[in-house]
Amino acid sequence: MITLNSPADEKSVRALRIGDVVRISGVIATGRDELHRRLFGRFDKKIANILKGSFIYHCGPIVKRSGGGYKIISCGPTTSIREEPYQADIIKRYGIRGVIGKGGMGGGTLTALKEHGAVYMQATGGAAALLSRCIKEVIGVHFLDDFGAPEAMWVLRVKDFPAVVTMDSHSKSLHDDIYEASMKRYKKAV
Amino acid sequence: MKDAILQLIKTASTTLPGDVADALKKAHAKERKGSNAKAVLSDILTNIEIARQDSIPLCQDTGTINLFITHPKEIAQSFIKGEVNKAVKAAVKKGYLLQNAVDPVTGTNTGTGIGDGNPSIHFTQSRAKSVRIDLLLKGGGSENVSAQYSLPDSGLKAYRDLDGVKRCVIDAVFRAQGRGCAPGIIGIGIGGDRASSYNIAKKQLLRKLDDVNEDAALMKLENDLMAKLNTLCIGPMGVGGKTTVLSVKAGALARVPASFFVSVAYICWALRRASCVVRG
Repeated sequence: MITLNSPADEKSVRALRIGDVVRISGVIATGRDELHRRLFGRFDKKIANILKGSFIYHCGPIVKRSGGGYKIISCGPTTSIREEPYQADIIKRYGIRGVIGKGGMGGGTLTALKEHGAVYMQATGGAAALLSRCIKEVIGVHFLDDFGAPEAMWVLRVKDFPAVVTMDSHSKSLHDDIYEASMKRYKKAV
Repeated sequence: MKDAILQLIKTASTTLPGDVADALKKAHAKERKGSNAKAVLSDILTNIEIARQDSIPLCQDTGTINLFITHPKEIAQSFIKGEVNKAVKAAVKKGYLLQNAVDPVTGTNTGTGIGDGNPSIHFTQSRAKSVRIDLLLKGGGSENVSAQYSLPDSGLKAYRDLDGVKRCVIDAVFRAQGRGCAPGIIGIGIGGDRASSYNIAKKQLLRKLDDVNEDAALMKLENDLMAKLNTLCIGPMGVGGKTTVLSVKAGALARVPASFFVSVAYICWALRRASCVVRG
């Protein structure tokens, strides 16, 4: 088990390898389809200050108003591959140290992880109740009016958020490994 | 009726059916100690408990709200639809459902969970005095990896027979990898037109995992595929392992001679279904 702080430095992220089990503590931000489209190809300084060195969590949470603020009720990962067209650009432009999601991403992202010292981590899909217990505070929210609650960028303080490194900065992808192995088995099965 | 539907939504969203939870427990026992697969299943089992105890959605993607409603002719569909919409709006406010309806033209999230064609309601009229509602919440990730084939498909060497059907299903599950939140449950629709084929596939997901198909040929197809799909070793969340699917269920509809569709309705391990009967 490896403790990973967010924001993270390049060295600690480059030390991670596929298969490593991590617990993330610190500040992360949710972002999915609308946010990636918005940030792709342009620089938003306010957002960059939040994201630099941190991790984008592919997640559209269920959020409830609570007192003057918000409470995250349920927040598992959403499928990451939809962000493949934008992810490499955002890693480079916004200096994030990586992504948390599910299902893995493609070659463009894998190359960006290597070039910029970042990592892809998978959280268990559907384990949204378990993961919501790791959210300690909603620090802020951006684009709520534009995108609606599921697509907004929620800035969260998390503690011991569980994930597994499945794509690292050394060009290794567990998703590619499983794909190749299952391809051989697929040919046998038919 | 609104309150009964709201309760139904709450149950489906927060409590995994016992047969699905049991299948996941068995899968957890089977996976190798210390493996990524066992860790994923362990997270899943803990999650099921937390969701039930705290009455919160076990997955934040409460997905497409599929309702299969059987009603007597004295109760108008427009009335039932109105009650469903009220219940969905209330469930969104209470945090049992995600705001999951987006206008595809303007891109605006309606914020209420309601939109044209959403929830997806399938009505059947019956002689019964009461209304029966079967609810299925199907996550978007698993809907995205669902698929439809038109046979013959020479690339797959899938011809117009049950061997061809098998080849389609194996292809769909292989392509899905972990992205549909494996281990999945597979509903298969054979025949029909494009719409009815996918609908019958989806309806298979309402069946209990341990029920037995009354049609001997389909039962054999289900068993064969269950064994074959788990040899792929894609594993829970695609991290490798022995459990790729929990169950396979197949249904068939008459087709026209010109068409032979095979639909694969993949649903994530979080198969959220619940039923109720409301007196009219």
